[in-house]
Amino acid sequence: MKESVSVIRIEPTKGWVALQLQELWAYRELLFFLIWRDVMVRYKQTALGAAWAIIQPVFTMLIFSLFFGRLGKIPSDGIPYPIFAYAALVPWTFFSQGLSQASNSLVGSANLIKKVYFPRLCVPIAAVTSGLIDFALAFIVLLGMMLYYGILPGIKVIWLPVLLLLTLITSLGVSLWLSALNVRFRDVRHIIPFLTQFWLFATPIAYPSSLLSEPWRTLYSINPMVGVVEGFRWALLGAETAPGPMMIVSFLAALAILVSGIFYFRRQEKTFADVV
Amino acid sequence: MGDIAIRVEEIGKKYRIGKAEKYKTLRDTLASAFTAPFLKVGRVLRGEAADDTGPDDEIWALQGISFDVRQGEVIGVIGGNGAGKSTLLKILSRITEPTTGFAEIHGRVGSLLEVGTGFHQELTGRENTYLNGAILGMNKKEIDEKFDEIVAFSEVGKFIDTPVKHYSSGMYLRLAFAVAAHLEPEILIVDEVLAVGDAGFQQKCLGKMGAVAKEGRTVLFVSHNMGAITQLCGRAVQLEKGRLTRSGSAGEVVAAYLSSVAGTELKSSWSDESSNPNGADVQFRSARLLSIDEQPLSIASFNESPLIEIAYEVKVPIRNLSVTCLLYDSMNNLVFESMDTDMPEWNGSVREPDVYRATTKIPSSLLKPGRYQISFAAFVEGVRVFARLDRVLTFDVSGVGCTLQPKRSGIVSPVLDWKVCRFSENGQMV
Repeated sequence: MKESVSVIRIEPTKGWVALQLQELWAYRELLFFLIWRDVMVRYKQTALGAAWAIIQPVFTMLIFSLFFGRLGKIPSDGIPYPIFAYAALVPWTFFSQGLSQASNSLVGSANLIKKVYFPRLCVPIAAVTSGLIDFALAFIVLLGMMLYYGILPGIKVIWLPVLLLLTLITSLGVSLWLSALNVRFRDVRHIIPFLTQFWLFATPIAYPSSLLSEPWRTLYSINPMVGVVEGFRWALLGAETAPGPMMIVSFLAALAILVSGIFYFRRQEKTFADVV
Repeated sequence: MGDIAIRVEEIGKKYRIGKAEKYKTLRDTLASAFTAPFLKVGRVLRGEAADDTGPDDEIWALQGISFDVRQGEVIGVIGGNGAGKSTLLKILSRITEPTTGFAEIHGRVGSLLEVGTGFHQELTGRENTYLNGAILGMNKKEIDEKFDEIVAFSEVGKFIDTPVKHYSSGMYLRLAFAVAAHLEPEILIVDEVLAVGDAGFQQKCLGKMGAVAKEGRTVLFVSHNMGAITQLCGRAVQLEKGRLTRSGSAGEVVAAYLSSVAGTELKSSWSDESSNPNGADVQFRSARLLSIDEQPLSIASFNESPLIEIAYEVKVPIRNLSVTCLLYDSMNNLVFESMDTDMPEWNGSVREPDVYRATTKIPSSLLKPGRYQISFAAFVEGVRVFARLDRVLTFDVSGVGCTLQPKRSGIVSPVLDWKVCRFSENGQMV
């Protein structure tokens, strides 16, 4: 009977707490189930179902092509405008959807948080990563468009997983901040639509970042979504400009958001059950 | 016996409560409307509470709680509303942090503060079983192994692949409990919310709890149901306004608790006429529950035969007057009604003005362990009710001396005198 009995010590924590990411690993099955739940219920009782994953970026692409590409004559680095915009909209949609899903995730799981213990990080992480299914569906449409326009990606396509990782890091980092803040300040809910709209125009989706000259362009990529979007175009569509320094800046910025987000989240975590 | 399973040392929990704003001038209000958000954001970034609080806005939900639970022990936590029971459970379940002190838990904990936590309306019973199991801390392999058992226990049968939003509330509750019941941690923390639902369901919950306790697991059980506490727990602690006021064997703590609340619950005697909640012609004087040696009683053993005593004054002669006693169980079932004129000599007689004292014995080994309430009424059948006393006596029947299995269904559990004979194979009585 005298096996290695795990001892849990429950005591007040003060100040900045250890991240204890190994605990997240111990609860990986629950994380998997939460992701699975979010995927399962995302399009329940909708008429169009998973088609929504495609409709949103495709229609935005059509509108952008009409107003910015056709009427506004915005340059697109020599790439046909529709695919230029769509290649950016695929990761962007993942990011903005992740943000709005995750920022409400803790408040939406209030019932769970008040009744069961588990690492609260699981909740926003599940909300963000469950969007990968939508991302995959939208990505298939992107592949179809590449076929249509006769664009073949070069060897650079092997960078795609890295770019996806950057997208994930950015989404998660911002989501952790917003979800934790939303527990205490429901203002966040009202900020989200404004924030995503603002961010959309602060990211080179409808226009190329080559409109800016250096060093402003590199500075601009402190917004990690700049690196994501330019990277996607570069890796898939063979856009001429190699986003080397931009990518590094974006990666560093994204990591800073994620690490600070985890720390802030962990610090606030202990009060969630009392406040939510 | 021996090793510590849960150790609680000087645990305290402070909550901040909102303070009513003092009246301010419009200029102040406007000024603070502009500055407050910035101050607030500053405070939040430092990890403090956002609300402006002074020491007078703080309440201690728990203070200086210390106790140990040994491995394999079943311990009950009792106390009135707001005593801090739920806060204690939340701290031990790691849902919220204590403000002071610490607790050590040796072993895998499962806590059931609610059944069906995390059930999603749109998902099927099967999907929810896995999701809920994972939330309660089971891994997929465990759930796979127990899945058939869970479905059988829940009796939802072929509806297991139907979204739970189409379930009746009973089915929903049964499935939710079935998942919870198959959780097998070394230490189980259970809140009384488990005991919701109909009587049958409650019985099933308690039965399962009893089975868990017999398997030698450590259980911390919070309940208002004193019968269940004495039946299941060996030891109990009592909380009162956030402090631990009593600790000892379950029977003792429960009895002490019940007598301490007797002042409010057993208000059963009226000396002066103005406070008497009765009519003019018949007035109740007192109502008591007594032990066999006529001592006031609030908890009776299963195999004991408590005495009901009711005293009343009749002011004018009344023909066919009866005083009836109605006994209700905790599920509000009327267990029985009995009248002080049930004996044949009272038939049709006239009650002369006087004070009467009526007593009777409740048969032993009849009432199931649990909480009961008694109402009285003085009336003439089909004519009028002269006086009534609703739920004036509250008492518990403990499991002491009960040899029946705990899962007995039915409102009462009489121990009947069975004669069992055996036929041998050739048809001869042995």
